[in-house]
This record gives sequence, C-alpha cells and structure tokens, in this order.
Amino acid sequence: MLVVPFLICFPFLVSILMFCIRVNKVRNAIAYISALVIMGGVAVLVIQWIMGGQKPIALYYDTHIVDMIMLGAELLLMVIVTILCFKYKRYWISLLTIVPTLMLAWLELFGPETERINHIYIDHLAILMCIIVGLIGGLIIIYAVGYMHGYHHHHLEFQDRRYYFFMLLFLFLGAMFGFVLSSSLNWIDLFWEMTSVCSFLLIGYTKTDEAIENSFRALWMNLLGGTALAVGIVYLSLTYGNLNLQTIVSRGPYYNSITLCIALFAFAALTKAAQLPFSKWLMGAMVAPTPSSALLHSATMVKAGIYILFRLSPAMSGTTTGMMVAFVGGFTFLAASLMAIAQSDGKKVLALSTVSNLGLMTACAGVGQAETLWAGVFLMIFHAISKSLLFQDIGATENAMHSRDVEDMHGLIYRLPRLGQFMFIGIVGMFLAPFGMLISKWSALRASVDEGNIILVVFICFGSATTLFYWTKWLNKLISSTEEGPIKDITKRNEMISLTIHAGLMVALCILFPLLSKIYVEPLLSEMFGTAVSVLPQSLLYVLVIIIMVVFLVPLIAYRYMKRIRTNEKPSYMHGVNEGDNRSFTDSFGKPKELVLSNWYFKNYFGQRKLMFPCSMIAAAVIMVMLSVIVGGALL
Amino acid sequence: MTSVISVICFLVLAPFVGGLLEGLERKISARMQGRVGPPVLQPFYDVRKLMNKQTIVVNKAQTLLIVTFFILQIFTGCLFYAGSDIMLCFFLLSTGATFLVFAGSVTYSPSSTLGANRELLQMMAYEPAVLLACVGFYLANKTFNVSEIIGAHNSSILYLPGFFIAYVFILTIKMRKSPFDLSTSHHAHQEVVKGITTELGSRNLALYQITEWYENVFLLSVLGLFIVNSNPISYVVAVVVVLAVWFLEILIDNTSARVKWYVLLRVTWIVTSLAAGINLLILMITRRKLL
Amino acid sequence: MGKVKKSPWVIHYDGASCNGCDIEVLACLTPVYDAERFGVVNTGDPMQADILLLTGGINAQCEPVVKQIYDQMPRPKVVVAVGTCACTGGVFKDAYNILGGADKVVPVDIYVPGCAARPQSIIDGIVQAVELFQKRSDIHDQRVKQGVSEAELAAASKEAGKKEGEN
Repeated sequence: MLVVPFLICFPFLVSILMFCIRVNKVRNAIAYISALVIMGGVAVLVIQWIMGGQKPIALYYDTHIVDMIMLGAELLLMVIVTILCFKYKRYWISLLTIVPTLMLAWLELFGPETERINHIYIDHLAILMCIIVGLIGGLIIIYAVGYMHGYHHHHLEFQDRRYYFFMLLFLFLGAMFGFVLSSSLNWIDLFWEMTSVCSFLLIGYTKTDEAIENSFRALWMNLLGGTALAVGIVYLSLTYGNLNLQTIVSRGPYYNSITLCIALFAFAALTKAAQLPFSKWLMGAMVAPTPSSALLHSATMVKAGIYILFRLSPAMSGTTTGMMVAFVGGFTFLAASLMAIAQSDGKKVLALSTVSNLGLMTACAGVGQAETLWAGVFLMIFHAISKSLLFQDIGATENAMHSRDVEDMHGLIYRLPRLGQFMFIGIVGMFLAPFGMLISKWSALRASVDEGNIILVVFICFGSATTLFYWTKWLNKLISSTEEGPIKDITKRNEMISLTIHAGLMVALCILFPLLSKIYVEPLLSEMFGTAVSVLPQSLLYVLVIIIMVVFLVPLIAYRYMKRIRTNEKPSYMHGVNEGDNRSFTDSFGKPKELVLSNWYFKNYFGQRKLMFPCSMIAAAVIMVMLSVIVGGALL
Repeated sequence: MTSVISVICFLVLAPFVGGLLEGLERKISARMQGRVGPPVLQPFYDVRKLMNKQTIVVNKAQTLLIVTFFILQIFTGCLFYAGSDIMLCFFLLSTGATFLVFAGSVTYSPSSTLGANRELLQMMAYEPAVLLACVGFYLANKTFNVSEIIGAHNSSILYLPGFFIAYVFILTIKMRKSPFDLSTSHHAHQEVVKGITTELGSRNLALYQITEWYENVFLLSVLGLFIVNSNPISYVVAVVVVLAVWFLEILIDNTSARVKWYVLLRVTWIVTSLAAGINLLILMITRRKLL
Repeated sequence: MGKVKKSPWVIHYDGASCNGCDIEVLACLTPVYDAERFGVVNTGDPMQADILLLTGGINAQCEPVVKQIYDQMPRPKVVVAVGTCACTGGVFKDAYNILGGADKVVPVDIYVPGCAARPQSIIDGIVQAVELFQKRSDIHDQRVKQGVSEAELAAASKEAGKKEGEN
C-alpha cells in the first residue's frame, strides 16, 4: 500500500513547489496535474482496497523515525503560530499552541511506554473521506486556478499571493488525507493542528483588519479543540497506555478513563465542526476567497470534526457524552437554520446552513445508533457535494454580477442560465424530497425516536421547517421571472468543468442513493457496529425510486402538455396599472415606478444579532455542565 | 390487492368527496351568515366553467409548476391509501406545496409573490406539527406504515391526544381557513387580492381547485387515522370525528378575523410545542409500559 | 358545451363613481340579496373573472386601468355598466375629466340604469349577463373545437362587443 504515504506526502511536496514557483502559468499547470494525480491516487487506493475484499487494513506498526519527523513538524507549527500571535499582539492565543505541543513532545520523548499499535487504518469510513477529500478537493483546485485569476483581477487592493494560497490548499489536502487515514492519536493530533493552521492562514489571506480578526477567532477556537484533544491523548497514554483510535472506541464503554477522553475528543470535534457556541469562527471564515470557503469551511475540513464524531459514535451511544453531542448538534441545527432565515448575503446563508447541517450530522453521531449514522453518512456525502457546488457557484456568480446578495439573484436562472441552473440543482439536492437531505432527516428522526431522544426529535421537526423556509425563498428568487437581460457569463472554463462535474455528481447521487446505501453505507455500518443493518425497507426503496421518477418525469410531461394547449400571456395583475412589462406600475403622478419585491427576512426576529448570543450561551452552558459531570464521574 | 382498490377508490372518489365537502361548506357558511348560499354542487360548476375558459398565464412556467403540484399531491394521497409510510407522504406533500410556492413566485406579480411568501411562512408554521404527528403515530404503533397503523388494536388517539390537537390546529392553516388564510383565502377580495392564486386563471385554477380537493381528502383521512383501529366500528367513529372537526373548522372560519404573520407563527409553534411536545414527553417516558 | 352560467364570477371596478353604486354592488352579496345563490363570487381578480361590473363615468386617469383589466380577463367575458354614470356619464357627463360612460372605453353588453342602481336591478343585470355569458361560451367552445386561431378568436370577441339591449 505505497499509495497511502504517497497520498499524504505528495500534496506536501506540491505545496512546496507551489510556494517556489512564481510564474503563474507554470504553477497553474502543475496545480492541474497534481490535482489529477491526487484524484488518481485516491482511485488507486480505492481499487486496491476493493481488490483486497473491502476489509479493514491496518498498516505501519513501527514508525519511530516518522514519529520524530512528526514531532518536528508539530514544533515547527507551534513556532509559526506563536510568531504570528506575537506579531498581531494576540499573545494569549499562543498559549493554546505552546501548551499542548509541549505536552505531546514530552509524551513522545519521555512519556511512558505505550502499546504497539498500527498507525494507519483503512476502512469504509476512511475510504469515504478520502474520496470526498480527493475528488472534491481536486475539483476545487481546478476551480481555484480560474477563480483566483479573476479574483485578483477584480480585487486589485489585495496583494497577489497566489503561490501562498495554492501552497496552503495543497498543504491542507495532505493534512486531510493524513487525518482520515491515521489511527494513531498522535498522528491525528498533528494533522488536526495542521488543518486548523491552514484554515487560519487562509482566512487571513487578504490581510484586511476584518480578515485578521476573523482568522484569529478561528484560530483560538480550533486550537482550544486541539488542546482538548492533546489533553485527552496525554491522559490516555498515562492511564491506559494505548493510543489507537479504533481500540479506544471498541473498548470505550468499559473504562472510565476512556470515557473521559472520548468526551474531550468529542469536545474537540464540536469546535472543529463549528457547533454552537463555536459557530462564529465559521461565519467569520467567509471573508476568505471562495475556493477556500468551499474546500475548508464547508466540504472537507469541518467534516473532520464530524468524521471524528462518527468514529467515536459507537462508544458514545447512550452515554453522557452522547447526550451532550446530540443536544449541541440538534440545538445548533435549529438555531443556525433560524438565523439563516434572516441572512440575505448568499455566502452567509451557505455558512449558516453549513453550521446547521453539521449540527444535524453531529446529532446523528451523538445518538450513536446504526440508523442515525446511516443518516449522518448520507448527510455528509450530500452536503459535501452540494455545498462545494453552491460555494463555487456563488463565487462564479459574484465574479459575473459583482454581488452575492440573494436579493440580486432575481431571475438568475434566466440571466446567467448555467450558473443559475447549477445553483438550483445544488439547493434542490440539499433539501427537497426525495433528494438526499430530506431522506436523511427522515431516518434521523426515526432513529432518534427509537432512541427515545425527545429533545432531538423536537429540534429536528422544527429545524426542518426552518430549513425549508430559507432554501425555498432562495429558489423563489432564482426562478422569479425578470425582464432584465442576461449577464455576461465570465466564468472560466476550468471553473465550469468543476461546476459541471459537481452538478452531475449531485444528480447521480440523488438517483443512485438507494444503490449506494446497499453497496457501501450498509457495509460501513455493519463494520462499525458489528451487526448488519438495513435502515430502509426494500419496499420503501422502490417507492423512493418511483418518487424520483415522478419528480423528474412530471415536469417533462407537463412541458409536453403545456406545448399542446393554447395559452395567452398577459401582464400580471397590478390593479390595472401594470406598465405592461411586469416590472413597473403607474404611480399617482402617471409616471412609471419600478416594482421591487423582496423576500422575507425577519431580521428583528431571527437576526444573528438577536439569536447568536443567547444560543451560544445555552450551548456553552450545556457543554460546561455535561463536561463537568463527565470529568467528575471519571475522576472520582 | 386491497391497497390497489383503495388507491383506485381514492383517485376516483376523492375529487367528488372534496368537491362535495366544499359545496356543503359554502352552504353551511352561508347559513351561518343568514344567507341562502349557492347550490351544493357549486364547486363542480365552477371547475367545469374554468375548464372551458381561455387559458391566460403571466408566465408559461406556471402551468408546468401547477401540473407538477397537482400530480405530486395526488401521488401523496395514493401513497397514503396504498398503506405506505406516513412520513414519506408528508414529505412528498411539502415537496408538492413547494411547487405551488414556485408557481406563485415565478410570475413576479406583487400579489402572487406576496402570497407565495406567506404560503412559505405557513409551511414553516405547520411543518413541525405534521412531522410530530408522524412521530406520534410511530410511537403509538411502532410503525410509520399506514397499513399497519389501521390494523392496530387500539386507536392512536388514546396515546396521542396532544398530537391530535396540534394536528387539528394546523389543519386550519392547511385548509386555508380564517384566521390563518394568509396566503390565499376562499373569501372574496383580500388585501393581497387572491394571494398565491392571483395569477392562476381558467384551467390552471381548475387544476389548483381539484388538487385542493384531493389534498383536503388526504388531510382529513390522516385525521381519521387517529381514530381508526382494527375494529370496523372505528371507521364509522372516524368519519363522525372527521366531520365534527370539519364543522369546527367552518365555525372557526366564520367567527374569526385574519391574523398577522407573526401571530400565526408564534401561536402555531406554541400550540405545537405545548400540545405535541408534552404528549411526546409523556409517550417517551411511558413508552415501554404502554407497548 | 358546459353549463357555465351557473358559475358567474364577478370583478367590480369603480371608474370615478360617487361610490353610491359600489355600495349597492356589494349590497348584492349581503344576506338580504345574496347573489351567491346564483353562484356569483366577487373575485377581485380579472384573471378569474367572467363578468366585469363597471360603475362611474370613467375619467381620463382610469381609462387605461379599465382597458387593462378588461384585457386581463379570459374569454368569454361580459361587461355590465352599473348605474346611470356608467351607462351615459350621468350628471358628470360634461365634466372635463369624464369620458361619459363605460362604453367609451370597453364594449359594454348590459346597461343597468339607476342612481344609484338598486340591488334588485343589479342582480337582474347580472342574471342577464349570465345568459349572455352562456351564449358566448357556447360560441367560444364551438370555435375552439373548430380550431380557430387565437387572432381570429380575439377579433370575434371584439365583434361580439356590440350592444345587446338595455335593462
């Protein structure tokens, strides 16, 4: 399995190359090739794994030299972060990197002997994450080449540091592969910190005051999670002496010390997955250029937190930690979707909906049943593709029409047909039955009822109503008819390629998801829980296929039917004073007045300013109380 | 086999039952107001007339969206009568309703778009109660399948009085009755003209009307599901209860004035979380004892 | 084809009337007169209406409005002028801003005189309009069956816009 170290190291090498090459054309070419190579690498890994009978593979038992290199890397990261903290006078944040790093360094060099473990573990979940990271990451890099060219064309006020940008993107990809493939907690911690730092640097890319402010907020929140992770690792190696994630999860329920560590890891995952009260960093992260929003802050990096929670979920089921995670997740799902109602900035809506969906996934993991995890895995797949699609689309739209406000997207489907359609597919794929999210929500609901988690049931019921509201009103804007002419579509070809593939994937996923459930997700679950699960009854699968056919066929048939009947188009009813173009009416002076219809936002009811603080407080209080209970229970 | 028969019965009979109910409702409303009122078959006359009129649209996509709405809503009812998963039915119902919202907003006409926004708000208001009702059925009968729920030994309402109240409450919204007929109403002239249906005329309006009949029959059937059990007499009781609730809705319709959106949202959510929420809590706690 | 006369839906427009007739029009729908007995619904939406009730002598400013509303109504349609002003311009006939009757703007089919027109006569007017509506509808259906093009249908409906007698 040479492909595993290749997948981790190759992006690092490319990232060094990116930094060194300052000729745009050459660098772009290398970026393309590397993205393709990474996708190819993932394909090789998947094929090898399938040839091996889809069995879990454990690799690399003796890795002393690599461990030392890793330690060096960790120290290097600490130095970089500390320097930056001092440069921007945020001294206390540096503590969050110095303390855990030194703790881990001490553990590595002078700590007690731990059991001999495998460092790499490849199973269904890891493969799934690899596919998401490799495929979406690769496509986003292809997109980014075109996007960043346009970005610096429009934003002359920012220094062109594309070499730096691409360096970070590739660095992130390497770290992400390392993260999902590792099973040694030491390694996981390093890659975890690396993704946090990548995110921090990318948010601060433009170096405006706002960007710097937001980047440090992201940094301290993520590092706080990293600290929890490090404390957990140290405690575990001191009391238990085994640092393998799989072992811990399988033995989880029987040891007090492990329970505590799992709570700490879950806390870390909550920060990474931007759950309340840590959601603010993800909102702030939207100042970064769109490719990084798509890659890090929606499609992949935030999924790292979810990934850890999924891994831990068999051990969390029915414990206080599980309750905490499920509550925070469910609460975030509802609160973030409420706040999304009041947003009109497209990227912020996407950010809040990301937080909201991550919340649902978190809740699924917290309940920790095979059924909820089934829902969670599907949510993750659908969310990764559709959010990546939507973010890229909104970036391209912004380049074309210089606005990313939902209100300005009036009739986008006629004005920028391709981008409008892709956006439509992305949103519909996100939430409309029979497409992914609703089915996942449905099984999440079912499983949490089974589990008797009443508060989660209520959160999901209300949250899905609010989700419906903000997505549908966006769709309304997209399809609303307009008299304004088309906008020049300046989307580059490489951006279009990535978008088209994403949209195709989205549609394919919607149609094929029963199949995917059968051949992939159910084995994944039986691997994790040790029992065969079949979440959807066979009869229901057929019904779903029929529904999908209906939803696709009905518009087609309706289109044909529409062609046959004779219709007259008349101006819309404006009490008789329509000027004839449906866009303006005659006012009391006899002059045409433009008609402006806006969506509902309810800023005074659901605004972020109103809800964010109390919601954060509630979530923080719950986490603190629950963590105290867990720590107390474990130590006493 | 029985499911095929009941689906066919639904397809054929639902528009008649729905239309008849609407006719009776107009008659009863008129009597409540001291008028004679239109003939009972008036809704059928209306639809027949609408079918014969010249089709006028503001935007051609309207027809497409309304047809999709029509088919999805009927499909929902068919699924229900085929004894399928009730949660699936309601998800499909909201998908269909989304198409109606699209049909309203695609025109960019002021009244119609405003109606569409209000419709969306109403959907947000009633969705939790509907989903919770499904959850309630699951808790009471350990299944989402309608075919198994009707075969239960006890009526679901014994376990689900709170869910029943919440469902009846949102039925007022769903059946477009005052005080919650924000998006469009059956009464003449409102502040947004005909709301979401303002730009629907002739054949499109007829289609909308028929869809509404199907939808109402489906919604009232779900209401009956609360009562029905394996005992055949329960079906008679269910019909009586459904008719009683239906009469109650007419009474509410004739005695209340339209409210503002935030009252609608707040009251609905409060009722939902109180009635259904407390019932849910009790059910979850006592669940093992009950079953 | 179908018996459409059982379902006359009405839209009512106030073209510079003194509001007297408008009050009477609405009075038709009250319990005392209850026009809904005949299936009359006051829609307020031209796209759903069959019969246009016009009151007032129509001033210059509302001329395009009346035209637009008339245009937005689907065929077959009937126009009823309610009140003396709508029939002839009434006492406002010579006012600088009054065009002098609904038929100056759109083809009127039924004239309901009176100042203000009494509910009984308005209902009578509507009933006559309904008969006419049925007749037009039959012609319309026939034409549609024969496959007459949209343009010809439009011309035919203009043709039908001649006076059909007074009440």
